[in-house]
Amino acid sequence: MNELETKCPNTWCPGCGNFGILMAIKQTIDELIKRGTPKEKIVLVSDIGCNSKIVDYINVNSFYSLHGRPITTAEGIKLANSDLRVIVFTGDGGTFNEGSSHFIHAARRNANINVFLHNNRLFALTTGQFTAVSPKGLKGKSTPEGNVEEPFNLPELAMAAKASFIARGYSVKVDHLKKMMLEAINHEGFSFLEILQPCPSFFDTAKDYNERTYEAINPEIDSKEKALGFIREWNYNGEGKIPLGVFYKTERLHYEEEINKGTEDNKVDIKKCLATHL
Amino acid sequence: MNNKEFSIIVGGAAGQGSRKAGLIIAKLFNELGYNIFIHEDYQSLIKGGHNFSKIMVSDKEVLCERDKVEFLLALDKNTIVQHESRLTSDGKIVFNKDKIDFDKGIGVAAETITKEAGGIPIMSNTALIGALAKIIGVDFSVLSNVLEKEIKKELEKNKDVAKRAYDSVESLMKVEATGKNPKPLLTGNEAIALGAVSAGLEKYIAYPMTPATSVLHYLADHKEELNVATIQMEDEISVVNMAIGSAYAGKRTMVGTSGGGFALMTEAISLSAMSETPLVIINSQRTGPATGVPTYSGQSDLLFTLASGHGDFTRFIIAPSDVNEAFIWSNKIMNLAWKYQTPAILLVDKELSENTFPFDETLINSVKKEEGLMFDGNGEYSRYKNAENGISPMAFPGEIRDTVKSTSYEHDEKGITVEDALSIILMQEKRLRKFKEMEKEVDNLKAVKTYGKGSKVIICWGSNKGVSREVGEKLGMKVVQPIILQPFPTKQMQKALEGAEEIILVESNATAQMEHVLNSYGIKVDRKILKYDGRPFTLEELESKIKE
Repeated sequence: MNELETKCPNTWCPGCGNFGILMAIKQTIDELIKRGTPKEKIVLVSDIGCNSKIVDYINVNSFYSLHGRPITTAEGIKLANSDLRVIVFTGDGGTFNEGSSHFIHAARRNANINVFLHNNRLFALTTGQFTAVSPKGLKGKSTPEGNVEEPFNLPELAMAAKASFIARGYSVKVDHLKKMMLEAINHEGFSFLEILQPCPSFFDTAKDYNERTYEAINPEIDSKEKALGFIREWNYNGEGKIPLGVFYKTERLHYEEEINKGTEDNKVDIKKCLATHL
Repeated sequence: MNNKEFSIIVGGAAGQGSRKAGLIIAKLFNELGYNIFIHEDYQSLIKGGHNFSKIMVSDKEVLCERDKVEFLLALDKNTIVQHESRLTSDGKIVFNKDKIDFDKGIGVAAETITKEAGGIPIMSNTALIGALAKIIGVDFSVLSNVLEKEIKKELEKNKDVAKRAYDSVESLMKVEATGKNPKPLLTGNEAIALGAVSAGLEKYIAYPMTPATSVLHYLADHKEELNVATIQMEDEISVVNMAIGSAYAGKRTMVGTSGGGFALMTEAISLSAMSETPLVIINSQRTGPATGVPTYSGQSDLLFTLASGHGDFTRFIIAPSDVNEAFIWSNKIMNLAWKYQTPAILLVDKELSENTFPFDETLINSVKKEEGLMFDGNGEYSRYKNAENGISPMAFPGEIRDTVKSTSYEHDEKGITVEDALSIILMQEKRLRKFKEMEKEVDNLKAVKTYGKGSKVIICWGSNKGVSREVGEKLGMKVVQPIILQPFPTKQMQKALEGAEEIILVESNATAQMEHVLNSYGIKVDRKILKYDGRPFTLEELESKIKE
């Protein structure tokens, strides 16, 4: 594991869900390297927020992007070099508030990147405000009387946006999370892995998640209907079970191989082009 | 009629093909070795309205639009109404007499002819071109050659229409070939695309926005020869961030937009500066503010572009004026962005982007891709190595064993986030040293161009150079054109202005933005001639304003 460490001091709060995610991704990267992916072929891209500090803590190529924009940066990296395995770490605020359009379009075009969403269901680094997935009624500094907005159901949104891989993990269940990460990374095409994550400082959901999450298995992995059955068990507000696991997976051509088609041979002939202007 | 210089308008409603007709007429004269300048005027609509191309033709250099018109080719009545007053005393109106009830000029039975040839109504424009060729005494074979190059659909029918119209009118003059070879005719956007390709462009990313869109169209249309992947994204924010990702991963990438889209991109200009990731943006100005007048021109983004992006940093800003400069500086700006790992903006406007000019083909031998400073593999790699001149060697992820960490946060040499005072100062000062190097680079480039001599000086920038040069030559004035606008070429400007007794600033905006820039470098302007109606200065207009 040592070659994955950096000298950067970790500044997450004690008990933060990000520690579980960090552990899972380091084990995942180790596993990828063991299976033959050279470490230098992995690139991590992050948003801004507690979650995104993760790239400072892993000694792997990274681009620490702008708030809301890491998916687009990642799309650019994959566009430029399709040999790279590109993994985005982002938060619910960054991706479903600031950068929601980038998420749906990347999913729709099946960009061959992995989006790992640290979902603590509020803005934490800015000390606790609601996001697009906070439960209705959540009290924060900007909504002392309770948030009045309905939350998104993220896997449902990802399905509507035509994501070709949709899964959910939980930061406390590190082994299961690692399995989800590996499956997501091995998927060719856009993968969305939602990672439930308690925030001990502003929204401690650990007890709730420990009681309500369970590992689900979709017997028909490419069936949207079956997948939505699992996905709709939890609406981000009320009671009920919270399924974890790969909900949906399908294969289709991915963006970079289609968009780069015909430009791989590096042959440039400006003179020939100018001849069309005479 | 002076048959060595003409201006010709071909106009009609959108959808009638006036632009294509304009290009064919220009190519007809190009075949005969004349110099060409085409100004395009069109509205933000798909069908109807009034569009026209104005083709200036001369055996000498022709750099701008004229007021006067020698030939008016009218596809609809409105074209006559709009432009008849500009016709010279012996000027001629050539019109579609099947459609337009008009008693002067030369009527061509364009629709009848088209029908007889079995063509479709849009071929009326070919009929007017055929008639014009005969009127000016050009052999049909010359026109036939041009049609063969330009018409992709229904060539034979078009040739038939042209020939029938050609035969239906009388010759009034004889335009002789000059004996010079034709030159490739390019729009500014096409020249920008080619210049960038000559500097190694591999990816072009954009969201459609007039007047920058044709760069995207052109590269997409010429993928076979130019080998650039063209990408259209969901908005300008994704465009520019994707470009930064692509550059980080080692590909030369460029984006293009106009004012509103450029405004959306500014967040990432700052990211490019902080992460030291090369970024080239074309900002092709339209008439602003806000949506403004989308298909008309302006120079009102100057101050905004100079200060684009939050935080302390320097960008390259370069404003070419014609296709030759567009090609050269598009190449240069790509090379500079990669050499200095910095944001760089090619600031142009609709007049350059969409007008058509003859291109000096020999320029393609004078440019190349210049590689940036790359990591030599010695020692452990640090993306932000505290180099003496501030330029840290680049490496691309996956191409070396070491880790390449880039970031929007303030960072240490390895690219890890820092917040302590000393680290902040260290990295800001590294970048400041790099900005000094950028200033030195500008000192060593021909960042200011001058034309002519005299104590009366016109200062202009961007597309206004053409008209300023022609007027300057006529009135015996010196013309000074700063091309690099950031870092500002202070020394070269001062030298160019030595001995100036009167300085007149010519600019296409309402608040004399270049005056603010000049003042901040101690240069005072005596008079300013501003135009902010979206249209270019014509030769006659600028001359009379200067004489006032």
